[in-house]
Order: sequence, then C-alpha cells, then structure tokens
Amino acid sequence: MTTAPIIEIRNLSTRFGDFVVHRDISLMVRPGEIMSLVGGSGSGKTTLLRQMLGLERPASGEVRVFGVSLHGDDTDAVRRLRNRWGMLFQEGALFSALTVFDNVALPLRELRTLDEQLIHDLVLMKLDMVGIEARHAVKMPSDLSGGMVKRVALARALALEPELVFLDEPTAGLDPDRSESFVRLIKELHEELNLTVVMVTHDLDTLVALSHRVAVLCEQRLVIVGTLEEVVKNTHPFICNFFMGERGRRALDAVKDVVLVT
Amino acid sequence: MAETASSKAAQPELQRRTGSDGKPRLELSGAWILRALERRLGELAPKLAEFATDRDAQWDLSGVDVIDHAGAMLLWRTWGGRRAANVVLKPEHERVFERLNVASPPRPAPARIDWLRPLEALGRGVFLVLDHGVALLTVLGQVVLDAMTLVRRPSRIPWREISANIYRTGAQALGITALVGFLIGVVLSYLSSQQLKLFGADAFIVTILGISIIRELGPVLAAILIAGRSGSAITAQLGVMRVTQELDAMAVMGIPHTVRLILPKMLALAISLPLVVLWTDAVALVGGMIAARTELGIGYTYFVSTLPDAVPVANLWLGLGKGVVFGLLIALVACHFGLRIEPNTESLGIGTTNSVVTSITVVIIVDAIFAVLFKDVGIS
Repeated sequence: MTTAPIIEIRNLSTRFGDFVVHRDISLMVRPGEIMSLVGGSGSGKTTLLRQMLGLERPASGEVRVFGVSLHGDDTDAVRRLRNRWGMLFQEGALFSALTVFDNVALPLRELRTLDEQLIHDLVLMKLDMVGIEARHAVKMPSDLSGGMVKRVALARALALEPELVFLDEPTAGLDPDRSESFVRLIKELHEELNLTVVMVTHDLDTLVALSHRVAVLCEQRLVIVGTLEEVVKNTHPFICNFFMGERGRRALDAVKDVVLVT
Repeated sequence: MAETASSKAAQPELQRRTGSDGKPRLELSGAWILRALERRLGELAPKLAEFATDRDAQWDLSGVDVIDHAGAMLLWRTWGGRRAANVVLKPEHERVFERLNVASPPRPAPARIDWLRPLEALGRGVFLVLDHGVALLTVLGQVVLDAMTLVRRPSRIPWREISANIYRTGAQALGITALVGFLIGVVLSYLSSQQLKLFGADAFIVTILGISIIRELGPVLAAILIAGRSGSAITAQLGVMRVTQELDAMAVMGIPHTVRLILPKMLALAISLPLVVLWTDAVALVGGMIAARTELGIGYTYFVSTLPDAVPVANLWLGLGKGVVFGLLIALVACHFGLRIEPNTESLGIGTTNSVVTSITVVIIVDAIFAVLFKDVGIS
C-alpha cells in the first residue's frame, strides 16, 4: 500500500550568513509514525522543526506538509494547514496573560463557529486527557509547575484535533517520573488519536520509548534515517557516541528485548 | 489510499429513517471531525437535538468513517451528557466515547453585581498608592545605604555600568531633545513676539525666553523626554530580567540589585539629565533667537549679549538642580516598577506604562514644588 507522506522535505539547505546549518537534506514522514530527530547541540534540529512549521524559510529546497508547499504562493492553503497540526514548544509557550482554560480554548474560539458551552466541554476533556484536573483550569501559567505547563501546552496543541503533532524536547526539564508519564501519555494519545508525530529530543529514554523511526542530523546532513535498530548498527562516530555511551547503552538495554522481537 | 485526502473531502452526513421495527432511526455517516463539523454546526446541532427528544430513537453510527473527540462531544451533549440508550457504534470508535465519561464540573456562576464595588476599588487604589510609596521609600533607603557602603569602598563602585548608562540615557538622547527643544523655542518665541509687538516691548523677548526656557521648559521637556525614552527602557529591561530569572541569578551570586542595577542607573541619570537639560536649553534658545530675528528683527549679538543681564544665573543653577532631582526620580520610579513586574507579558506591558505615566507625573509635581520653594530665587 502506498501512502502519501505527511511531510516531505526535498533538498533543503539552510544558511545563517556564512554559517551553513543544513546541506541538501531530504526526509519523509509517513502517516501514523513517530519520527524522532536527533543530533548534537547546534546541529539544527530545532531549526529544521521550525522550517517544517513554516516559521523559518530555508535558503533553498522545499518543505511540503500534507502535500502543500509551505513556502509556495498558496498562502490560503498554508493557512488551512495550520488547523491540521499542533506544536508543543520546548518551554510550553503558553500565553502568560491567559488562564489555563483560555489557553486551550483560544484555538477553538478562533474558529468562531463553536458555541461557548461546547468549547467549555471540549477544553475540560482535553485537560482531562493530559491529566490536568478541572480545578487547575482557572490558574495562570505562571502558577503551574514545569510538568503541568507541558501538559497544558500539549492539550492546547491537541485542541483542534490535529493529524500531525510536533514536539520540541517533550521531556526536557521534567523529572524522570514525570517524563516517564509524559512519554506514556504521548504514546497513548498517539494510538488513540491516530497521530503522526515529529519529535526533537535529546533524551535517550524518550527516544527509545517512542520512536518508530529516527533521523540523525550531524555535520549539516542527515546521516541516517531508519528504525532504531538500523540507526544503532550504523558506525558513524556521532551515532556511536550518542547511543553507545553509558547512558545510551542503559536506555537501549532496557528495551533490548522489544527491539529484537520486532 | 491517502487517508488525509479522503478525510479532507468527507463531510458529516445524517439521514432519518424508520427501522424495520417501526422505531425512528438516525443514520450518521461520513466524517464527524472538528474540521468538517465546524462549518455545519449551526445546521446539524438542531437536527440532532430534535431527534434526541425521542427516547426510543435509535442512533446508528456504523456508517461513520472517522470521528474525533469534538464530534463525539457534540453527540454526547445532544444525548444529555450520557450515552443514549440505543447506539450502534463501530468497535474502533468506542474508545473515543470513553474519554467523554468524565464528570464535567459545573461552570462557575456569573458574578453578582456588587454595589459596593466602586468603593472597594477606591479603597484598593488608595492602598496600592500607599504600597507603592512604601516600596519606593524602601528602595531609596536601600540605595542610600548601598551608596554609603560604596563610598567607603570605592573599588566596588560599578563604573562601567554607570558610564554605559550615561551614554545610553544622555549621549543617545541628544538628537530627540535637540529637535523638540528647537521647535518649542521657535514656537514660543514666535507667539510671544506677536504679543510683544502690540506693546512695542520687543526687547523683553530675551527675558521671556531666557527665564521660561532655562528655569522651566528646558528641565521639564528634557525630563519628560528622558522619562519616556530611558524610563520605559529601564522598566522593560528589569521586567524582562525578572521574567528570565536573571534577577534571581544575580541575587544568588550575592550581587544586590540595588548596587548593580538601580544605583548605576540613578547616578547615571543624575549626571546625564542636567547635561541634557543644558543642551536642550541651548538648542531651544537658538530656536527662539532665530524666530525673534525673523519676527522682531532682534539681532543674534544683541540677544546673546543681553541674556546674562536679563536672566540671573541662579535660574541656570535652579534648572540644572531640577535636572539632577528629576534624573534621580525617573530612575528610581523606573527601577521600582521594573522590579515589581511579574513573570508574564501582560504585567510587563502594564508595568512599563505605569512607570512612564508615574515618572512624568512625579516630574511635574516636583517641578511645582520647586516653583513654590524657590519663588524668590532668580526672579528680579
């Protein structure tokens, strides 16, 4: 069965002044998969993510999401696209002047066709989905802990029932317990909502627990795109350091059986 | 096939039938997802509601291709917050409905009208002003204490910050103060000339311009411009430092905010504002001179040579003294509001506005106090 890719990046290059970040990158994200982007600090993971969202423009090359070119002329199509994806920013990026409830309700209200009662019910359901109790809905973002900010931000990203979700460092800044439960949450939601997920992460446990496929960015190029197994077998020095360090081994050991079975 | 393409085109459909057992039957099909529903909500919701009034009615959802939480929530709501008795559902869609089974807390009742509210607001306002006053005094006291410590240990004086602040608040403000000063000088001189001509008292233009600009307009104009320009910048800077936890980082390192942030800004403004006042005075007088010459035919040489006799030098010292006091006040108010900003964007905006409004008001009030205190000085 051939399926149209959700995201298609073709021959993308990025430059900041004379500094080359990406050189001729091509990548496809298939429907329903969880694709992780990894790479060292400053390798341009977040930049690539921002380009997939149309927040930044590559020097050359093309990014198509749901078959629409993000940097083409059809601005109407790109605008419609924005209701089909959600983004979880690293620091949450909640609107600090709005309550938790209003933060999640904002994208729904922007549709201007839903009545307030339905919005109210939907928001509380989304909050319940990410494990935020209704009594927290009236709080301001500054009164929330880091873990709760991420959960609320995830609820906001999911408010419009997107088909595609971008996660930037979903578990950074969370304690191991919370990051574990956050990973579980993402996994559950992925299965339940039939999401396609593109994720940038440094955290090996998150990477191992969630990714269907991994794309490794290093030295301005995509070194390899493949399942975790395929990536680990690669002998590129960055990959060796990244996965075969002590932390990497520990994370891989934990799921060895799973990796071998599948 | 690409699911995305089909779901994009699909629409929610419903059809009313009568089942084999004679009971009414509502068949739902197509895509019951938010993107497809939002446009047709106004048309679909009443139909669903009407059908839901019949208790024996059957709901057949087996024709639905995709349904998301929004679609499920819409049905859930028409069923009155529970699952209707007779629902036929695809097994894979069961899960969507499970989520909805959360007890939704009642919405908070709208607040009653409270007739005492204006009084309460007034009281709050009074206490807020008092609170600001106390906080300002506390900051000022701390700055004085720190300044005394620094006098004893001059090596700790943050010279670099002071000079950077003098450059930013003084040197970089020369352009705008010159422009405004020049225009005010021209306008003032032109209007006064019109009146003086009527009385043939042309020569008094020098006294009028000299006293008003050097004693009042120069210091106040410069202070208002600097309050708008540097005061807002200081408040915003400290506010952002609060948001990004830089203030906390400094406190942790044992660097007091007063020494490193407030004191240099106050000292810098106390030095730069009198100099800006002097500059504004000079440019405004030049503007006045030019207008006086075109309107009254008073030559530049005459103007400049009579100025020292017409305006006692005490006025200049008074104007510069005001500059020092205004500078200290603007920096103090700006820092005070900056430190009170809470870590959210709205507070940053309100804090900056309040800072500028307050410092301009304070400048004008203090100017009035100066006028009363020094009413016998410099006016013959």
